[in-house]
Amino acid sequence: MSEAAAMHAGHAESYESPLTPESWGKLGMWVFLVGDAMSFGTLLAGYGGIRYGSADWPKPYDVLGIWLTAAMTLLLIVSSVWMVKGLAAIQRNDFAAFRKFIGLTILGGVVFLGCQAYEWNKLIFHEGLGFTGNPYGASLFGTTFFIITGFHGMHVTGGVIYLLCILLRGMSGAYSATNYSPVEIAGLYWHFVDLVWIMVFTFVYLI
Amino acid sequence: MAEHHSESLYMTIFYYLLALTILEIVVALPTYAPWLKAALLIAMALGKAALVAMFFMHLRFERLTLGVIAFTPLVICVFLVFMLAPDLGAVAHKTTVPAKQTTGAKH
Repeated sequence: MSEAAAMHAGHAESYESPLTPESWGKLGMWVFLVGDAMSFGTLLAGYGGIRYGSADWPKPYDVLGIWLTAAMTLLLIVSSVWMVKGLAAIQRNDFAAFRKFIGLTILGGVVFLGCQAYEWNKLIFHEGLGFTGNPYGASLFGTTFFIITGFHGMHVTGGVIYLLCILLRGMSGAYSATNYSPVEIAGLYWHFVDLVWIMVFTFVYLI
Repeated sequence: MAEHHSESLYMTIFYYLLALTILEIVVALPTYAPWLKAALLIAMALGKAALVAMFFMHLRFERLTLGVIAFTPLVICVFLVFMLAPDLGAVAHKTTVPAKQTTGAKH
């Protein structure tokens, strides 16, 4: 029996620690994020190409404004900080702080989506920015804007649902100082969404 | 073995990100050479992305191989831009040259 146990342990060990100290799950999330980064990278490269090739591309700053999105950028960064604080809380078995910070992270995501809905509503119905045409210049300006920010908004929506699941599972006691890997993996996704927004904010709004 | 990163480190990173965001807006507002503006903004965005990946996503504390995997898309995307460049030059030429000849024409 002890031999079997030893064999089992050895077997388990050979599958341990692929590239991260803790888990296959984390490696899986990283591989997914790398693929997702290529999706966003391709969209942004395509955006750059279309914009460079266009003679009448509007100045994004004049059409889109900058202050609301700057606030949204800040909001995502703050929610990333709440996320790491939530992870730190579960790592020291502080369940109240875990609930508070993951809850705040989710709230940050929901407010972000609210701001984006407000922005889209304003651009589409009050300023005439359409998917296939607009009064400012190149028609692809609207197309690329809605595809890129929409794709990111879908990621935020997915992140809010993902974190809600983590919060609910955490409230039923699924995680602790010795079992926090799923929280950390969800955090990776959330920080990635923040990271992508940093790039989108720069390329679509600022440049 | 669990990495309990100090929360003061996270706050330091937050202040860096905040400062870079404000700096980005300061750089973006005035009108000057577009290539310089683009270069400055992209550099700052990459800096912010690196801070998020290294500290919030803990890449700094993982094995190097994972960092190499995470870095790959950036390399491929830069490569993608260079692969698109010849086509883009042709399109830019086609669209800008007639535009100059018909100044004021509505598209």
